[in-house]
Amino acid sequence: MSTLQTPSPTSVPHVPDLPRADTPKRQRAHPGRWISAVIGLALLALLVRAFAMGQIRWDVVGQFLTARVIIVGFGWTLLISACALALGVALGFAFGIMRTAANPTLRFAAWLYVWIFRGTPVLLQLLIWFNIGLVFPRLYIPGLIDERMVDVITPFVAAVLGLGVNEGSYLTEVVRGGIGSVDRGQIEAAHTVGMTPGQTMRRIVLPQTLRLILPTLGNSAVGMLKFSSLAATIAMGEMLNAAQRIYFINGAVIELLFVCAIWYLAGTTMLSIGQFYLERHFGRGAAGSEPGKQWFRMRPRRAAVSGGA
Amino acid sequence: MSLAVKAVGVRKSFGSHEVLKGLDLEVAYGEVLCILGPSGSGKSTFLRCINHLEVPDSGYVWVDGSIMGYEHRGDVLQELPVARLRAQQRRLGMVFQHFNLFAHRTVLGNVIEGPMVVRGLRRTEAEARAMQLLDQVGMAGRASSYPAQLSGGQKQRVAIARALAMEPSVMLFDEPTSALDPELVGEVLEVMRGLAKGGTTMIVVTHEIGFAREVADRVLVMIDGEIRETGKPGQVLSEPGDPRVRTFLSRVLS
Repeated sequence: MSTLQTPSPTSVPHVPDLPRADTPKRQRAHPGRWISAVIGLALLALLVRAFAMGQIRWDVVGQFLTARVIIVGFGWTLLISACALALGVALGFAFGIMRTAANPTLRFAAWLYVWIFRGTPVLLQLLIWFNIGLVFPRLYIPGLIDERMVDVITPFVAAVLGLGVNEGSYLTEVVRGGIGSVDRGQIEAAHTVGMTPGQTMRRIVLPQTLRLILPTLGNSAVGMLKFSSLAATIAMGEMLNAAQRIYFINGAVIELLFVCAIWYLAGTTMLSIGQFYLERHFGRGAAGSEPGKQWFRMRPRRAAVSGGA
Repeated sequence: MSLAVKAVGVRKSFGSHEVLKGLDLEVAYGEVLCILGPSGSGKSTFLRCINHLEVPDSGYVWVDGSIMGYEHRGDVLQELPVARLRAQQRRLGMVFQHFNLFAHRTVLGNVIEGPMVVRGLRRTEAEARAMQLLDQVGMAGRASSYPAQLSGGQKQRVAIARALAMEPSVMLFDEPTSALDPELVGEVLEVMRGLAKGGTTMIVVTHEIGFAREVADRVLVMIDGEIRETGKPGQVLSEPGDPRVRTFLSRVLS
């Protein structure tokens, strides 16, 4: 049987050697981090050495990196990506809102759109858009347009339609998810102050949806920049297509592909930085948003709810 | 006194569970009614039926001169278009248990949202009125804060200001202090006390027996979807006739 006892003075252990409160503290050493850094640097050095000694002419890479054709091609790459992304976002929001509509016809239409365009390969869709003239030789909208389809669907239009409509089908699901995760209570509160469903959607739901899906939109932008290279297959003169046309002539295949890789990396890096600042801007009002943080951190960041894109 | 709210035979089921078993109620302008009752007795559902957040399966609620959500045509109640329902709903100010502030708007933004979007006030007008209301609830100093930066009590006071900004005929409170830390309950009740003193018509679903005793003109006790007792707070809370009400009150008062 143990019973509670008042400690008598003699039972207190004698502790003469406890350090003072202001004793300096030394942090734990992290040998694992140093070892992995050394191994990592060694591997990186090996890789660099391999490429430096491999059969690749770096002077040619440097020479074509700023070649006019490549720069113009990259311009087209950016233009296609931007237009397709804008189209994708517009379609994503339109169909995403329809997916949550009370009207079953609208819901079904949005479902059908996602089913078709998310269910087939984007390269296939590009080829179909490019050859849509075989199905519909003329584009005729009374009072608006009456032209041969091949004149309307240029490689650029086909690329934007193919990539944008495909991206829209993914973003539809993203927007639907975003709308679904906006707090029900706020929607009820909007109703009780008399806001109509349209006002509630525009003023309360969509602004918060936008913040929720921004990381995914950033992913889409990065993905779009890369997927635009598929347009090379439909004779669109974007960067990859330009590179191909050059190396068919001069045979510097790998050099020109590396040129493209460098430009794509530069583009996606810029997008990532832009995404960071956009997220910070729209994070206002959200719990845990820090106004002062920078896009690159030396210290690991804890996984945020919206992070990890 | 003239009638502000009249509920007529309100029934509501969720699945096979009948939550409201045909409730009748009359509330006069200027009256403060507290609805008490154990959890799951249907108090909140009844309040949500009053402003048509829940649609009664049968029966209806008449507020401020019209039937909520319907128009009486011949021998049917014809469902109203959403815009007209919203015009009715804004005459009832609603304060929720979980505040439901718009997370992406500042305190001031929350209060001016309804007046600007629904009532069509200009920003300057809406802001001037909103600042008066925020001052009334003691939140004028936090006008530019976001909801996530506020305590529960502060959020609820902002929510009250937001509801008042629509100049409603009746204020509904759905357990306004139930989600608050105990030390924050007082500041919210203080604001509500002020409203009651100012003559605001209020229907309050609450567990705060003390508040009901002090502020309410009338108390109503619901058990299992039925109104079991109604009357002056002194009478209902001290000498309830219904044995089940007596059991409930002895449990919450102990």
